[in-house]
Amino acid sequence: MDSSHALAAHAASPAHIDTSTGLDSRKMAFWTFIGSECLLFGSLIATYMAYKGRSLKDPYPHDIVVNGKFYEGVLNIPLTTFSTFILLMSSVAMVFALYNVQRGVRKWSAFWLFMTALGGSIFLGCQVYEFTEFYHEGMTLHSNLFGSTFFVLTGFHGAHVTVGVIYLITLGVMALKGRIGPERTLNVEIAGLYWHFVDVIWIVIFPLVYLIK
Amino acid sequence: MASTAAVAAPHAPVVHAKEPTGLWSWITTVDHKRIGILYGTTAFLWFLVAGIEALLIRVQLFVPNNHFVTAETYNSLFTMHALTMIFGALMPLTAAFFNFIVPLQIGARDVAFPRLNALSYWLFLFGSLFLNFGWLLKAAPDSGWFAYAPITTLPYSPGLHMDFYVLGLQVLGLSSIIASLNFIITIINLRAPGMRLMRMPIFTWMTLVTSVLIVTAMAVFTIAVTELMFDRIFHTNFYNVGVNGVGNAGADPLLWQHLFWMFGHPEVYILIIPIMGMVSEVLPTFSRKPLFGYNVMVFSGVLIGWLGWGVWSHHMFATGMGPIADSFFALSTMLIAIPTGIKVFNWLGTLYGGSIRFTTALLFSVGFIALFTIGGISGVMHSSAPSDLQQSDTYFIVAHIHYVFFGGTVMGLWSAIYYWYPKVFGRLLDEKLGKLHFWGTFVGMNLTFFPMHFVGMFGMPRRTWTYGADQGFTWLNQLETVGSFVIALSTLVFVINLFTAWKRGRVAGNNPWGAATLEWSIPSPPPAYNFREIPVVHSRMPLWEDDPTKSAGIPHGRVEEETEQWTLAGTPVGEVRDVQDENKMSAHDLGIHLPPPSFWPIVLAAGVTSIFVGLIFRRVDGPLHNLWYLMFAGVLTTILSMYAWAFEPGH
Repeated sequence: MDSSHALAAHAASPAHIDTSTGLDSRKMAFWTFIGSECLLFGSLIATYMAYKGRSLKDPYPHDIVVNGKFYEGVLNIPLTTFSTFILLMSSVAMVFALYNVQRGVRKWSAFWLFMTALGGSIFLGCQVYEFTEFYHEGMTLHSNLFGSTFFVLTGFHGAHVTVGVIYLITLGVMALKGRIGPERTLNVEIAGLYWHFVDVIWIVIFPLVYLIK
Repeated sequence: MASTAAVAAPHAPVVHAKEPTGLWSWITTVDHKRIGILYGTTAFLWFLVAGIEALLIRVQLFVPNNHFVTAETYNSLFTMHALTMIFGALMPLTAAFFNFIVPLQIGARDVAFPRLNALSYWLFLFGSLFLNFGWLLKAAPDSGWFAYAPITTLPYSPGLHMDFYVLGLQVLGLSSIIASLNFIITIINLRAPGMRLMRMPIFTWMTLVTSVLIVTAMAVFTIAVTELMFDRIFHTNFYNVGVNGVGNAGADPLLWQHLFWMFGHPEVYILIIPIMGMVSEVLPTFSRKPLFGYNVMVFSGVLIGWLGWGVWSHHMFATGMGPIADSFFALSTMLIAIPTGIKVFNWLGTLYGGSIRFTTALLFSVGFIALFTIGGISGVMHSSAPSDLQQSDTYFIVAHIHYVFFGGTVMGLWSAIYYWYPKVFGRLLDEKLGKLHFWGTFVGMNLTFFPMHFVGMFGMPRRTWTYGADQGFTWLNQLETVGSFVIALSTLVFVINLFTAWKRGRVAGNNPWGAATLEWSIPSPPPAYNFREIPVVHSRMPLWEDDPTKSAGIPHGRVEEETEQWTLAGTPVGEVRDVQDENKMSAHDLGIHLPPPSFWPIVLAAGVTSIFVGLIFRRVDGPLHNLWYLMFAGVLTTILSMYAWAFEPGH
């Protein structure tokens, strides 16, 4: 949403109907923004990895024996595998949404935008459920080192998904009202870039947090 | 050559359309030039504030065992001096020039995202005010600008001091990231036809390098600070090592240092690379010859930025990382001396054989080369790990950073102000006062910071509020304090110069210095639309093209054949336009569409800032604690203004 007015910049400088590179400024800005986000997530993931297995107190992520005592891991891998699958499928829905916007099919554009948002919402629902479960099992932001790193990393990602869902619903409503035609393809493409990026980050987080013991 | 002449010829008298000048017009402005002036003025005021903090430090150290300020206040003073100088004064002062000068240098009408530009200014203003608000509650940050965790976690730093740090700096970091995104896109995408990358003015190049550094390094810092914020406000364990072994969560005390210096080292290049660009504009202008080794200057700038990412641990030699890490970071640090040395020699090469005019701007640039080189050499001295262990945490380091930041950054900034002030305000600064300012600053600077090398070698620790009479530091410290007041007095001369020239200085005209780059082809101050016609660029120094005395025999990116202007996508620039349309556009000034003013940037900035202001009340007990709901008001304002922003007509 920050970058929705590059058209004005074009109008402001008639010589730049074509930009110097021929690429749209908004799209380029978004790629740069994603670059910055990579370092943001990279630092969080680095923190998580640096602290992996260093927690001195339970609960632990995976089944583990510490000082002869068995601790059951808290992570619910089947549930998260399901939500991961849904999130990845929502990226497919995003592709369909963009395809329909490009072709100017209003109804299907809106449908697939909402489907993408739905996928994101299911993922968030699973995350909320998971977080509540952990809370009941005694894992909070301040219970131990694992709790802090886990909640902040996945919560930070969840916040990104939330922003994405709101973003997609907004576009979906606009598409329904007929305000997103093929001339607005770029708006949807940028939303798609964001959505795919959030997915890719999850593809990194999921194995590192859930699968690797 | 016809189009070359079009660039070089002075514009026909421009009838300035009457522009609104009231307070509201400044609050809602999206004009890069006005935002540049706002940045510059605010940052200069913070420079004075941080300067006064430095003077208080110097007064405290004037005599041994002094009680002018308490140890606690002293901690806050040196912390806030650094924070205000770095985030409030020096970075925003360079941003002021990015804003004002870069679009003019590349022949653009504005930055790529004008409203985003306004947003970054308002975030900077609110963030810097918020950071300094701690002073009023006697709770200004007091741990040094590096805020080493775990000592900044709750058990060791219980007051609100560090909350102002973690919250205020997030606002400022956001502001820098947004601003830099904008400059990257502006420079890559809004260049005038024919302005290839290797024809860009060197200052624009260095702005690009700096912006890339900010966008990447600031992100790392944001996470480091966010983790500390979570530790302090939501009681997480990122830096929790317990108290006396009790409550230890297993955190690594070095995590913060790594994350912080991964940002902190690029940050020092963020503060010096733009200055290298400014000096590289001033020297050719006053030597009357093109920059020596332009290509090498560009590449060494890029290389400094790149290597700047691989040296962070040289700030941590004293933590005992082991011989392999120490050797790696020592070598990579020494490596940086090569591109920097190349730059210094090329500046000398630019001066060599030129017909030099010793204006104030040039004096400051030459002063920059000398002092920055001294700072660089002492930097190489402590790039060697064993030598660093002797110097770590002594005044030797203070001397080093002030030679690069004051002798480097500040001298370069003053040079840039003398150079570009006429473009910004249309009037020249007074040269007599300027020379007084220069010599005062130069002498005062050396008087203040040179003895610090010696007291450092004698073993005076930095960040310690006083010293004993028998330690032998006294007379050198007194010399330093005298020097700091010489700097203060010459800065006063500067302030007077800035004020008097604003209304009464000599009228500058388009190109008072006979400089070569595009910003000098338009009136001073430039009209709102900058260029009546977007110029077509044929060489690196468009305004010198027709002057054989300056361009003879020196290649500066000129291509003999008439250059077709191809975009990277393979289409000729401007292919889709109708020629008659174009004529109609440029014939009437009013035909140029500029983005309308908008008040959403300031509202959005207020919303974002309220989120962080609200969070600080989580740490306050009593009835005020409930004010933390302000955070949700902030979130709501942020969301609403983002929607209003996205759907604002005319943008």
